[in-house]
Amino acid sequence: MNFQEIILGLQNYWARQGCIIQQPYDVEKGAGTMNPATFLRALGPEPWKVAYVEPSRRPTDGRYGENPNRLQHYYQYQVILKPSPDNVVDLYLNSLKELGIDPDEHDIRLVEDNWESPTLGAWGLGWEIWLDGMEVTQFTYFQQCGGFDCYPVCAEITYGLERIAMFIQNKESVFDIEWVDDISYADVHHQGEVDYSHYNFTYADVLSLMTMFNLCEKEALQVADQQLVLPAYDYVLKCSHLFNLLDARGAISVTERTAYIGRVRNLARRVAVEYLEQRKRLSYPLLKDEQLRKQVLTEEEAK
Amino acid sequence: MAKDLLLEIGVEEMPSAYMPAAVSNLQELAEERLNEARLSWQQLKVYATPRRLVLYVEQLSESQPDSQLENRGPKKQMAFDENGNPTKACQGFARGQGIAVEELQVREVGGIEYVFAVKNLVGQPAQQVLPAILAELITALPFPKSMRWGYFHTRFPRPIRWLVALFGDQVIPLQIENLVSGRTSWGHRFLVREPFEIADPKDYMQQMASHYVVLDQEMRRDMIWQQVQEAAAQVGGVPMENPDLLEEINYLLEYPTAFTGRFSESYLQVPPEVLTTSMTAHQRYFPVYDQEGELMPAFIAVRNGDGKHLDTVRAGNERVLRARLEDALFFWNEDNKKPLEDFNQGLPDVLFQERLGSLQRKVQRVIAIALYLSQETGWGDPELVKRAAWLSKADLLSSMVYEFPELQGIMGRYYARNSGEDPQVAEAIFEHYLPRFAGDHLPESDIGVLLSLAEKIHNLMGCFCIGIKPTGSQDPYALRRQALGVVHILLERGLNIDLRQVLSQAYREFAEAEPDLDEDAAVREVLDFVWQRLKGVLADHSFTYDVIESVMAVPTGHLQDIYTRIQVVQEFKTTDKFDDFMVVFNRSHNLSKKWDQVKVEVNALADSSEQELYQQFLMVRSRVTVPANYQDILRDLADLRPYLDRFFEAVMVMVDDKKLKENRLSLLRGIAELCRQVADFSKIVQ
Repeated sequence: MNFQEIILGLQNYWARQGCIIQQPYDVEKGAGTMNPATFLRALGPEPWKVAYVEPSRRPTDGRYGENPNRLQHYYQYQVILKPSPDNVVDLYLNSLKELGIDPDEHDIRLVEDNWESPTLGAWGLGWEIWLDGMEVTQFTYFQQCGGFDCYPVCAEITYGLERIAMFIQNKESVFDIEWVDDISYADVHHQGEVDYSHYNFTYADVLSLMTMFNLCEKEALQVADQQLVLPAYDYVLKCSHLFNLLDARGAISVTERTAYIGRVRNLARRVAVEYLEQRKRLSYPLLKDEQLRKQVLTEEEAK
Repeated sequence: MAKDLLLEIGVEEMPSAYMPAAVSNLQELAEERLNEARLSWQQLKVYATPRRLVLYVEQLSESQPDSQLENRGPKKQMAFDENGNPTKACQGFARGQGIAVEELQVREVGGIEYVFAVKNLVGQPAQQVLPAILAELITALPFPKSMRWGYFHTRFPRPIRWLVALFGDQVIPLQIENLVSGRTSWGHRFLVREPFEIADPKDYMQQMASHYVVLDQEMRRDMIWQQVQEAAAQVGGVPMENPDLLEEINYLLEYPTAFTGRFSESYLQVPPEVLTTSMTAHQRYFPVYDQEGELMPAFIAVRNGDGKHLDTVRAGNERVLRARLEDALFFWNEDNKKPLEDFNQGLPDVLFQERLGSLQRKVQRVIAIALYLSQETGWGDPELVKRAAWLSKADLLSSMVYEFPELQGIMGRYYARNSGEDPQVAEAIFEHYLPRFAGDHLPESDIGVLLSLAEKIHNLMGCFCIGIKPTGSQDPYALRRQALGVVHILLERGLNIDLRQVLSQAYREFAEAEPDLDEDAAVREVLDFVWQRLKGVLADHSFTYDVIESVMAVPTGHLQDIYTRIQVVQEFKTTDKFDDFMVVFNRSHNLSKKWDQVKVEVNALADSSEQELYQQFLMVRSRVTVPANYQDILRDLADLRPYLDRFFEAVMVMVDDKKLKENRLSLLRGIAELCRQVADFSKIVQ
């Protein structure tokens, strides 16, 4: 099974489970969780089922294309099921079958893993999922997002696509993954890893990045004041990525780090507030069950 | 009449670390609740796997016994007026108890008559009281961290997916939100796909066994260890004994199958600590040693399942470990390309603590403290002490320690040896982290001891003087552990130093941090903090609290001195001289405790008894040596008893003659003071 067949397999499987298949969000981000289809939709009372590929960036993980297991740009496959269904673990295990991995022929473990994102003010409990000793998926029940309790609680399933491809194709290096028959992962991404590693660690201009961070922070707040949720959130994402770049560049001391994280978290919280109010103003259109919608609205009225 | 009771809480995979406590908590809670409900049983047992928590009660009685409830009301004289009519208080009590005034009884308690409401309670069938009890067991069970899921408001460490509650063959109806109990259970997640029905609790035990669930955690643990040993024996080795790892694995699976994997011998050039950390901490494998105790290129993993397709599972695990060891080998080779000292170039860029500055500043202060200790004790070659302190944090900048933080010190020792540092320096770099946890080894080498003390004293003083102190469960800098380390090292290694002096010296190193506390306060606070730990250690050595408190009430910075005095006092308490001594101490102390002079005018000693007492006292005092022989002091003081007795028989102390009175008080005060050189005996429990 080549790399894109794995993606297509997951797309088809989760589409059959009633997920809408969204596309990657077009702002740089560290993980699929930061896509508004997760970060914002996890908030509030509306049900939501979505799956998508997310290109994710972690500037500090760049290794100039020399390490067989580390990348500063990689792909996650992200699934959100809200509320978390009772058979959510089985749904996940069946998705592995779709990839030709029969759980009966392997050793699959659910090992405690608690997830926390200080920049998003988010945390949840769940597992790392081990496939014959290799961590291939993160599974999280979101408890808080943007500092707000999540209710109902959603399940987030995040597949490490490269890990799974290496497992299926029995490759020792991520760069040897077959994307299609005669095109490898290296053909598509190796030079990018080299260039970005040089940029992230050496050539990123610290002063410019700091200036951009300040500008984006200001813009996020200004736009949030206008109750424009998504445009404001775009600038939160930009701030988060700029912070990651500064961090990779070694331009942030331990104390400054805490301060920067606090600034991004404040922005994320601010957008979360605006999003929750906006959905309420719209009377929760995704609550298609009319009875449930009325119940939620009456309960909120009572508060 | 009794039947077995079964409660199975079916969950998604629980955190393995929670399970040992969950087992004992559920056991205690269930015993407590069943006792409160006056239900008796023969045996109560809790079983746990990652997917289920099970309460099994053998022979639980089918109903509560009938009982009498007796509630005491007002005194009889308050309950009835002089005509024998019930008062308002009495009527109110009866109403509150739900019985008629005429039904109240009068009983005597401690010689006083009270009215009592006596009610007969008819025992309820267990079937009726169990639903509430079982539901409460589930919701009241405490866990370190719990969560919500779906539309549930109930919290549990992971989602509850099913509940089986059976009393004999009857279902006990429970409901937790939309989750309803029944008799349907699930087996092993992968080996059994369909749910099945349970007839009664005994049937449950059989069904679990046939559905690939080894329910009993102790049996499962033994089974795993047995299999691991056999697997290791097959490759001619023995597995690492690691009870924590075994316990973790035990709660990661329901049906264990151990198997052996191998890795290339070329990785054995990496230090064994790196390999075993990779195997145990990251992959939960057991490392294997050969008969000589050398690490073999093999590991034992335990699968959650049976022996089918084991080759696939083995190959996958071998590949994962290979990738990890390949990384480790790469770091090892990279790090060895330059001398250890070169890593120190990064020290100024790593922050130790915001106000205390970089790691470089810390290392400089540790050097100063270590050199002071060396000078005070005469331990270690100062040049080597300085070198070891200077290199003590260099490995934190290496790639290996960045990836495996738990190898700090261990890698430093390797890199120091490979860089041609003096062996004493290399050893001290490793030893300065000791002890890392309760019961860990203590530093052995002289320089290791000095450096370990210097670092801990540095951290304690640094944190305290900028206001970072442990509170409740908050101790982010592990100061309690470090203070305990100081105590154990001083105690076991016999260093004769004045901790107050060392702390003062350390304090002066922190001037640039602009401490919140002045020197006296900082030294006092840290010393108190360390002595608090010492008290705990002494109590563990089975010294009694009164002895510990009395000895430690005499202020000192010498731990050895405290320890000696405690041994002497504890021992002295058992001798026949002790009573005499306590009479001497009490009589001299009680009268003179508000007097602060010890100067005795020989000419003013009027009576022969006081002259004699004074002569004897001077003799005792003249025999006090430096360092003091506390045992002799106490015995000599005890021997003063006949002289003191005669003194009190012959003269009054609190006489009107001011001069006479003051002179006698000074004499007594002098004796009490001498006693107090050993301990404050007023704190001794006789």
